[in-house]
Amino acid sequence: MCGIAGLYTKTDALRSQLGVHLAAMLEQLSDRGPDSAGVAFYRDPAPDGWCKISVHSATDEPGWGDLADALALQFGDATLTGVRATHAVFTVEGAAADVEAWLRVTRPELTLMSAGKTIEIYKEAGPPGDFVRRYELAGIEGSHALGHTRMATESRVTTEHSHPFSTGLDLCLVHNGSLSNHNRLRTALRREGIHFQTDNDSEVAAGYLTWKMAQGATLEQALESSLDDLDGFFTFAVGTADGFAVLRDPIACKPAVMAETDEWVAMASEYRAIAVLPGAEDAVSWEPVPGRVYSWGTALVA
Amino acid sequence: MATSQTTPETALTFDLRSDTVRELNQALHGPDARGLIRVVNPDGRHAIAVGIDADCEVEIDGHVGYYCAGMNQRATVRVRGNCGVGVAENMMSGTVVVEGSASQAAGATARGGLLVIHGDASARCGISLKGADIVVRGSVGHMSAFMAQRGALVVCGDAGEALGDSLYEARLYVRGAVGGLGADCIEKEMREEHLTQLRELLAAADVNADPSEFTRYGSARQLYNFNIDNVGVY
Repeated sequence: MCGIAGLYTKTDALRSQLGVHLAAMLEQLSDRGPDSAGVAFYRDPAPDGWCKISVHSATDEPGWGDLADALALQFGDATLTGVRATHAVFTVEGAAADVEAWLRVTRPELTLMSAGKTIEIYKEAGPPGDFVRRYELAGIEGSHALGHTRMATESRVTTEHSHPFSTGLDLCLVHNGSLSNHNRLRTALRREGIHFQTDNDSEVAAGYLTWKMAQGATLEQALESSLDDLDGFFTFAVGTADGFAVLRDPIACKPAVMAETDEWVAMASEYRAIAVLPGAEDAVSWEPVPGRVYSWGTALVA
Repeated sequence: MATSQTTPETALTFDLRSDTVRELNQALHGPDARGLIRVVNPDGRHAIAVGIDADCEVEIDGHVGYYCAGMNQRATVRVRGNCGVGVAENMMSGTVVVEGSASQAAGATARGGLLVIHGDASARCGISLKGADIVVRGSVGHMSAFMAQRGALVVCGDAGEALGDSLYEARLYVRGAVGGLGADCIEKEMREEHLTQLRELLAAADVNADPSEFTRYGSARQLYNFNIDNVGVY
């Protein structure tokens, strides 16, 4: 079992409160996933010609300042824009793919959590309530965010095995469920050049979407083809630069509820995580139909 | 069915932002379980009003989480909102009314009583039904009435894929389209006894629909070892 949550804001007032509300949603989903928690926030776009990366260090002395200097030296310019617990966010003058490749070679002990223009990913093993406080989620503003609470069934409980998983630039995936054909699929995707950090089944779903979109599929097409190629149970929420998408497998053992008001669109594993949002009692709420892609934002089918 | 002498103003009220679900359920299992009991601010909490065995009425103002009114006996539970997974699961008797929609496995394994859903019910509505009656004013999702043994499922809207898969002796009545019949589920003749049952169920559910517009589905009795000599025990 896991818990997933997504929140998309429609007003400036709510944007400034995004972290407060996502934190409240995650706390409601703690029972569904007490092992680990993670979030993806979409905020503060990097300037033109720059990218933004989120990096995690397992050591106590990651030397974030030194890394910023090294990135600036390599790529023209770079700024350390924030540190939360074991994670740091940098903006770098250059292409995300180049930064990613350079980091993998020069700092292999670090884990790249996300790359793009606006995405920031934070995740860690441990109780969701601790995570919410340690990462001071309540202070994070942004346009939209996804969250996950994990109860591991398929692989180890570590920060690297936690969700969200990056699925490409400004894309990420959170998953409630389990996949049964992930080993063979991972082998096939590795042959196609997709890089995996763990033996986690959900990371394979993320890698699958990355690969499909690299082949030219839109996110919507990639999600639809996952219905054929992924064997198992899933409710997915996929974050994009402009919004998020939701898909449940056709058997639909894993729950999902969606709701919308004039101020926000939300999805969650259970309604109680939506009930904490302002105006929830008057929201239009519904259960997403199995096998149908739901999406918000404009860039999904670009 | 319970008849209340209590007015909404004087009813025992639980506010789940200050009272716990456990306090509510313990009260519903004790001598206070009579007349009208109101529950406000349910906020999607799980296991609200489960295990009641009393002639009382419970009104819940708002959306509830999983297993609301599970194992209900005798009580009338009304939800003025939507329900999460498994509303009225394993109900024994009484009535559960959902004014909104219900999530998956509504009325699962219920043995008696009446479950009325005024909105839609999603997948696996009435799974393994064992004798209760379910009336859904809207539509139901896939695999509804899977392995249903006794009782009736009335659907005024449409039914999803694999309706009545591996069905035993429950009766299914659907007014709208069926996405597909499950294994061993077939369309059956609507005889007078069925029209009468359907009319009574719709009246009990306070749903206005013409029984003649419904189609009956039931088991072809090819999948399980049905022996006509044992018909009396079903």
